[in-house]
Amino acid sequence: MGELEIDKHVQYILDVEKKRDFESLLMEHIRMNGAYWGLTTLYLLGKLEKVDQDAVVEWMMKCQHDCGGFGGSIGHDPHVLYTLSAVQVLVLFNKLDMLDAEKVSNYIASLQNEDGSFAGDIWGEIDTRFSYCAICCLALLHRLDKINVEKAVNYIVSCKNLDGGFGCTPGGESHAGQIFCCVGALAITGSLHYVDKDRLGWWLCERQVKSGGLNGRPEKLPDVCYSWWVLSSLIIIDRVHWIDKDKLTKFILNCQDRENGGISDRPDDAVDVFHTYFGVAGLSLLEYPEVKPIDPAYALPVDVVNRIFFGK
Amino acid sequence: MKWNDSVFYIYEEVSSFEEFIVQSTQDTKMHGQPRKPLKPETAESIAKATELANIQSQLLFNHQNKIYDKQALNISSRLLEINPEIYTAWNYRKLAVQSLLQSLTDSDSIKPILDEELKVVESALRRNPKCYGAWHHRRWVLSKGFSSINNEFLLLDKLLKLDSRNFHGWNYRRFVAALKNVPAEEELRFTTEKINANFSNYSAWHNRCTLLSNLLQAKAQRFFPREKVLMEEYDLIHQAIFTDPDDQSGWFYYLWLLDETVIPEAPFLISSFPAPGSTLHLFTNSIMEGDLPLILYFNQPVGGVNSSTITVNSELSICDPIWKPISANKSGRAQAWVTYLKIPNMNSYVSKLYLVEVVIGHVAGIVSSNSFHYRYPSQFKFSLHSQDLSVDSDEKCDGAVVVWKDENFVIEGDVIKNINSSGVSFEAVEINKEHQTMVSNWSIGAIENEINLFRELVAEIDCKIGKLTLARLLMALDELMVLFNDRRRHSNEIMELYNELIKLDPVHSRYYMDERSLLIIDQVTSSRESMVQHCSFYKGSKPMSFSSSICLRLSKLSLTRIGFVERLLWIQMLDLSHNELRSIEGLEAMQLLARLNLSNNKIRSFTALEPLRLIKSLRVLDISYNEIGLHSIDTTRYLCSTPLSQSTEADRKLEEYVNDDIKASDSWEAIWIFGDLCLTQLDVEGNAIDGERFGKLVVKAIPTLKWLDGMCVR
Repeated sequence: MGELEIDKHVQYILDVEKKRDFESLLMEHIRMNGAYWGLTTLYLLGKLEKVDQDAVVEWMMKCQHDCGGFGGSIGHDPHVLYTLSAVQVLVLFNKLDMLDAEKVSNYIASLQNEDGSFAGDIWGEIDTRFSYCAICCLALLHRLDKINVEKAVNYIVSCKNLDGGFGCTPGGESHAGQIFCCVGALAITGSLHYVDKDRLGWWLCERQVKSGGLNGRPEKLPDVCYSWWVLSSLIIIDRVHWIDKDKLTKFILNCQDRENGGISDRPDDAVDVFHTYFGVAGLSLLEYPEVKPIDPAYALPVDVVNRIFFGK
Repeated sequence: MKWNDSVFYIYEEVSSFEEFIVQSTQDTKMHGQPRKPLKPETAESIAKATELANIQSQLLFNHQNKIYDKQALNISSRLLEINPEIYTAWNYRKLAVQSLLQSLTDSDSIKPILDEELKVVESALRRNPKCYGAWHHRRWVLSKGFSSINNEFLLLDKLLKLDSRNFHGWNYRRFVAALKNVPAEEELRFTTEKINANFSNYSAWHNRCTLLSNLLQAKAQRFFPREKVLMEEYDLIHQAIFTDPDDQSGWFYYLWLLDETVIPEAPFLISSFPAPGSTLHLFTNSIMEGDLPLILYFNQPVGGVNSSTITVNSELSICDPIWKPISANKSGRAQAWVTYLKIPNMNSYVSKLYLVEVVIGHVAGIVSSNSFHYRYPSQFKFSLHSQDLSVDSDEKCDGAVVVWKDENFVIEGDVIKNINSSGVSFEAVEINKEHQTMVSNWSIGAIENEINLFRELVAEIDCKIGKLTLARLLMALDELMVLFNDRRRHSNEIMELYNELIKLDPVHSRYYMDERSLLIIDQVTSSRESMVQHCSFYKGSKPMSFSSSICLRLSKLSLTRIGFVERLLWIQMLDLSHNELRSIEGLEAMQLLARLNLSNNKIRSFTALEPLRLIKSLRVLDISYNEIGLHSIDTTRYLCSTPLSQSTEADRKLEEYVNDDIKASDSWEAIWIFGDLCLTQLDVEGNAIDGERFGKLVVKAIPTLKWLDGMCVR
């Protein structure tokens, strides 16, 4: 199994940013997410200083629109997915003062519907992912009072399934990523009493397959990204001991590209920054030495979250 | 996560929709690209990248300048063909459509424009059938009301045939079914078809569960009586589970069916303190002096417990606020509710008997989280016997150090007598009798039938779901039978099943241990005889003559979690040491608890002690030799009310504690928990915390504290 190749992963992330090939272009529209994944990974590995923070912030601010929301890249439309990433990165840098928090919060609040749900942008796609983005973002900005939290919570609860999990919209099938969004949002709003922890915990722990990896739904293949979605949810509801952590650690470490850095979805597959982040974040949740602890609900390093909510 | 999946989708030509979807059913499109050695870029790949960069910037230019001519639209469709994930391009097309439709009113000219959009979506879905942007664009078009919904069903049939688990497809199906007002029964039939074609289809079972649960709740025609419907469902699920027990598709559906079979909808009372029919002896040195908690414990969290839904008839008066949920959350619902009876000053040296009658649910209003009402009004009585034993005040439990050593605990013959005067009853709670009617013979018959089937399965093959289901069924049967005052248990058989499961499925062994832990507590607490075996008198300091000196000792039982707290409501001294407890969730209902030993367990953080904040009677706490401070990840961080979860009332001036030694962000958990406790004695040694620093903090946080790790601090 071997160790975590910290230096190689750091180099991989720093290099990804410079790439301009076809594959990178396909990801251009979600560069803001990429920034959050890459920078959080660097932070967890204790190497954030390798980045020119001012340059990143300068680029990020060019992605902000007059409405307050951020696009995935310069020239791309604003959306709550990228607005959250932007806020998370600024929190990571301790540079929230760069932001007109009032304006950003108003943008997010404008996306809430009468039934409590959130649209991702002005085009009205509704999904509990956006509920999470909105709630997480506003909590980080200390402005949850901008929205109707009770209705937001009720909408998420209306997406709860009889297997204990949560879907995109009412009636939608449970999916580990969606469960993270819903459980995370309920955690941030102090509403975990709506979660059937034992039922959901069993569903989640059964995501671990023979290889030690986790899948996202029953009868699917394991994937490193679920190390985050499943683990964070299990931790929030205090049921993470129901899986075999050592086997999962081995699975993640086996997905490293030991030559060129980066982590892939499954052993010997092509690496990318998304899976590199989720692999490292998963190892953090597994208390792997040399990786800083990450908060399971805000998806930011624990010391950063503590700084936001408890000051120095 | 699916919304990002598409990011890693690599462009390549595929010959047909079918072929493409077949590939993606294996989840190999966006993920699962084989790792290749790094190659230098070829002229061809550079050209491809240049083309993409060009059309991307043209699209953004057109978008910014609101150019919606034919050529501009072609650029956007070409771009979406290569990369359907570019959400801005979908937004651009919506704006273009809006601009084109602006001047049009007749459907003949509108429809072709929208049809073109459906085509663009279809080609995007060929590229990536899980593209959020494409699916939303399709909904947006359909919502305009000019397109054939039947066509959508045809498309979906094709799509779900090729990938029966595509949840976008299922979500979209729900959307179009709602648009067309398709009855739920028809959609249920579709799930039957899907399941009959291949039972290994979790998506279909999920949809079935949702639809059927709604139909049953609505008592829809042909879905009544529910018993008949549920029996048919058992037949269907047996085929799935017995054909391939390792396939998870039907596991969770089965669990839902089991719930539907055994769990009565309406909430009911399962225990109380003082227990129905019991006599409670009150003494002057009691923790209960002054206000006596009256606790009601329901089978599920309820709201609406108040002075109009509950009447207490007694000459004793009740303190304000009248009823409080024993729960930290703000839902206003809890399984346990408490009020306080004011006990008059007992210095009169006269013994006196008070009768108390509690009437529950005679007025509607008690309601479960699923909006089911408490349906069976009931009442019970207990008596309080106040006596004075002329004990010196310095013998009150508050004053002396409690030492949890074996030699301080003795088992005496009159333990039983004392338990009897502790407001406890081991008879089946009278009030349950009314609830027998809620459990039909059908439920018991159905469970017994399932038990037989699963016993056969387990005898035939060594499968985990067979054993786990059998254990759950036996547990469920035992619980049902208690309502009929039948206390025969299948404990040994269930224990054996969990022991086998731990060996058979070591990856999830801790899950089975948690289940086993509940079983152990069930065994210990289910009868007077077994409970007495675990009770002893505490003789650590001067002798005390009250039930407060009865200690329930549940140490060294391999407990990993707590359960059946409703049977422990009368306990004032509890020894849970030398177990493997990580959590004490549920303990908060023990409103009389004054002394608690949690030493030598696996408690990982102060936040795990959250339930204790609700026990105002707690004075003595031993959490020595646990794992506090040892772990970088706190698994109870969000199960505790803190500013992280926006669930604290006022600001608990952390700065007050902060000085050169103490950082708020490092110590907030301890300040949060201990600031709410009125402890006199605390033991914390043997944890990974800085003793000296913590000592200073905790002495400040708990003004009542006298003893810390055996040292007098005040």
